[in-house]
Amino acid sequence: MRRLLFLLPALALLALPASAQPNADSRIQMDDPRVGLAAGLFDAEESIWNLRLLSATPPPADFVGVTNSDLAFQGNYAIQGNYNGILVWDLTNPAEPELVTEYVCPASQSDVSVYGNLMFVSGEGLGGRLDCGTQGNEGRVSEERLRGIRIFDITDIRQPEYISNVQTCRGSHTHSVLKSPEDDENVYIYVSGSAPVRPAEELADCVAQDPTDDPNSALFRIEVIQVPLADPASARIVSSPRIFEGLTAPESHGMAPADVRAVEEAREAGKFVVYFFGQDRVLPDGFARQLLQQMVQERGGSGEPTEADSTLLRERLPAMMAERFGDPEEASDEPRPGPDQCHDITLYPEIGLAGGACEGYGLLLDISDPANPFRLDAVADTNFSYWHSATFSNDGTKVLFTDEWGGGGQPKCRPDDPYEWGANAIFTIEDREMTFASYYKMPAPQSAQENCVAHNGSLIPVPGRDIMVQSWYQGGISVFDWTDAENPTEIAYHDRGPVDADRMQSGGSWSVYWYNGLIVSSEIARGLDVFELVPSEHLTQNEIDAANTIQFAELNAQGQPAYDFPPSFALVRAYMDQLERAGMGSGGEMEQGRQMVDQAESASGAARSQMLMQLADAAEQRARGQHADKVMMLVGALRELAMAG
Amino acid sequence: MHPSTRRAGLGVLLAVLVLPVAAQTTSTEDLEALYWQRQQEAMSRYTQADVTFMTMMIGHHAQALVMSGMAERNGAGPEVSRLAARIANAQRDEIATMQRWLRDRDLPAPEVRVDGARLWIRGGLDVHSMHSEGGMHDGGDASAMHAGHDMGDSDDMSDGHQGDGMGGHAGHDMGSASAGADGARPGEVDGTALHAGMDGMLTQAQLDRLDAASGTTFDRLFLDFMIDHHAGAVTMVETLFDADGTGQDEAAFRLASDIQVDQRTEIARMEQMLDALGGPVD
Repeated sequence: MRRLLFLLPALALLALPASAQPNADSRIQMDDPRVGLAAGLFDAEESIWNLRLLSATPPPADFVGVTNSDLAFQGNYAIQGNYNGILVWDLTNPAEPELVTEYVCPASQSDVSVYGNLMFVSGEGLGGRLDCGTQGNEGRVSEERLRGIRIFDITDIRQPEYISNVQTCRGSHTHSVLKSPEDDENVYIYVSGSAPVRPAEELADCVAQDPTDDPNSALFRIEVIQVPLADPASARIVSSPRIFEGLTAPESHGMAPADVRAVEEAREAGKFVVYFFGQDRVLPDGFARQLLQQMVQERGGSGEPTEADSTLLRERLPAMMAERFGDPEEASDEPRPGPDQCHDITLYPEIGLAGGACEGYGLLLDISDPANPFRLDAVADTNFSYWHSATFSNDGTKVLFTDEWGGGGQPKCRPDDPYEWGANAIFTIEDREMTFASYYKMPAPQSAQENCVAHNGSLIPVPGRDIMVQSWYQGGISVFDWTDAENPTEIAYHDRGPVDADRMQSGGSWSVYWYNGLIVSSEIARGLDVFELVPSEHLTQNEIDAANTIQFAELNAQGQPAYDFPPSFALVRAYMDQLERAGMGSGGEMEQGRQMVDQAESASGAARSQMLMQLADAAEQRARGQHADKVMMLVGALRELAMAG
Repeated sequence: MHPSTRRAGLGVLLAVLVLPVAAQTTSTEDLEALYWQRQQEAMSRYTQADVTFMTMMIGHHAQALVMSGMAERNGAGPEVSRLAARIANAQRDEIATMQRWLRDRDLPAPEVRVDGARLWIRGGLDVHSMHSEGGMHDGGDASAMHAGHDMGDSDDMSDGHQGDGMGGHAGHDMGSASAGADGARPGEVDGTALHAGMDGMLTQAQLDRLDAASGTTFDRLFLDFMIDHHAGAVTMVETLFDADGTGQDEAAFRLASDIQVDQRTEIARMEQMLDALGGPVD
């Protein structure tokens, strides 16, 4: 690395595009209706677009004023974590959620998950107790303290039974439940804990030293708990994978599309472009002039460089750079210090991958062996402060990471806060490697009284598109389309004014997830909000209806389920709507197609099948050009529907 | 208002509050009243170590503002500029949070002012004498307390810090800080001198050296100093959590955890950046 010293003057000159400068960013919309909403706890002014608020239910008396956190779902129930315990809501009538369980058992963050008759709850804060007592723990060492995972039997969800717990060295900030397709006898819990390591006097073998000083360090690892389904009370830690070891990470993400274009434009303008530190960079004019002068001197000439000098420099530049500064590829292979913990890990067992949001890195993990995950790829990003959570596209070709800059308790959506900071970063996945595509940040600037940054969300299963609903704390909830990884676009939102007009009072949406046609949001201060989608130019009723054909038996957003659409007329019409939105089917063709679908729906049996098959054949003949793939989705949907009878 | 008494009192109060309540019949108005009542109650759940942490960390963070403010005028590279901008943004917000945390509890909060390479602090509890007297000062003119600290009495610098646990807040030596001179406004003391000896705090000489550097030399010095500075904050959080009864206050626990996690993350990133720049300046 020493020889890189010579690189210094050059590095200072090789300026990156100044993409992170605050202010005057057109993506931050000062005239948005969400700007300037009046404050209030239960009566704040609201702004809503392409969503309908079905209900807003305040927390019960024992829980109000204490932070509401994450959500899990089972059947008609939503399970809501709260720093004071667990709430279970029956959403059978989403306009009037019924609170069926209040379980007082304090501990932050009360991250919740379900699997069958089991419920898992995270405890991290120092006040959590084994007996669920509300008195906290006085001493730095306490036999009564719970930091880890609580396990409940929810055979009767209205009467959760606390059956066991697994203590961990750093507690459980969040956790993710993994049901491997290969293992029907156990579920696995990946525990992420970001709080300090507890003293060894409290929990044996907890070591806070750096792993280089003590190999048993509780840092630089995650915990994997195995829960035997036949005997969940015997759950225990089975491995502590050091998924960060030997991490070589780039200093920043690959170039954004705009940066790539900037380099191309520079190249076309005749500037010198050189591959350096993992990416193409434009040689600054001053530096280029120096090198050109060197060409002139080497041929023993004087004065201005000629065209020939320029050509020669272009040829020799890569070798010159390698000679002077060393091979950048070689240098970048050296290991660098990695993160020591993940904040959250999203498991996607159907594709055998997990997205680990781990401090300064986004990791791609192979989880095909549940107890022994290993790292496939790692990305870092100079605009990212703290990698918080991950969501895959349903087909697994993209992953979206969030940056919880400031930890969620700070207002990071003010007009001057850069668009790239505290945002989402979208990556494409190819050959199990991630490539940066773009950022997305909820575009409406918020006041300094509103904690706001990217937070939890989930996919809305609209066929043929990648649509996500996401929490932004007091920035409200934002629904956006990221089908085109380079151009994410907002299509719906809901926002309230601050909890308090004069001071930053923690509030807003902690988590918002789509679950069986409902969009359910856990509001930190205000309780539980339930929404449904409203059709718009960005999303049709047919697309919403098709999404609603997906029915989960349960949902933990961090254990991402794959979905597959059952045949339906809504699915067929959703694809037709998308083709029409894309400009296909002119000259009445689409209208004709729609009439045939209507007729098929009125028909039955063989007649219906025949009509659908004919339509599929006719559509297939039009499957060419840029929308061929989408047309073939329609063809597939028609044929499946025909065969479904 | 001794903290431990207040906490015991709260335990009783909470125990009452979690008794079954007829939730269905609680009106929104009552819930809102309960909400604000709980916010008030939460504020009484703290220890002296929490207060010390907040007071000291404000000064510690403020020095990061001094350092970050130098980036632009000293020609920092784009990566360090971006990092400095983010550090300034984050720490300014956290200072505001910590000041509010103190004010919410009717405790005096230090005000900070950055003037070039100088840091000025006004007000705030005298955390030092709090320890030696075993109780809290009831506000008052804290800067007078700071300023009144036997200037130049070197014995006092090392006195009474064993239980402090913050790596020594030993900088009450106003003799070297020339209080009242060099652009201090009324009531202000030299923040750099005030916090000298705390983990990761730079001396005025180091700050001046950083401010005199430019370009890549600045980048390397900045990263080197900021890594140490952040590591000091991480140590302060570890020290806080190592004390009995601390972090029971959810706001303090969360803020301290966030500071620790963010700064650890940033340390790793800065080590990479420094590595890429050829390591520390000799």
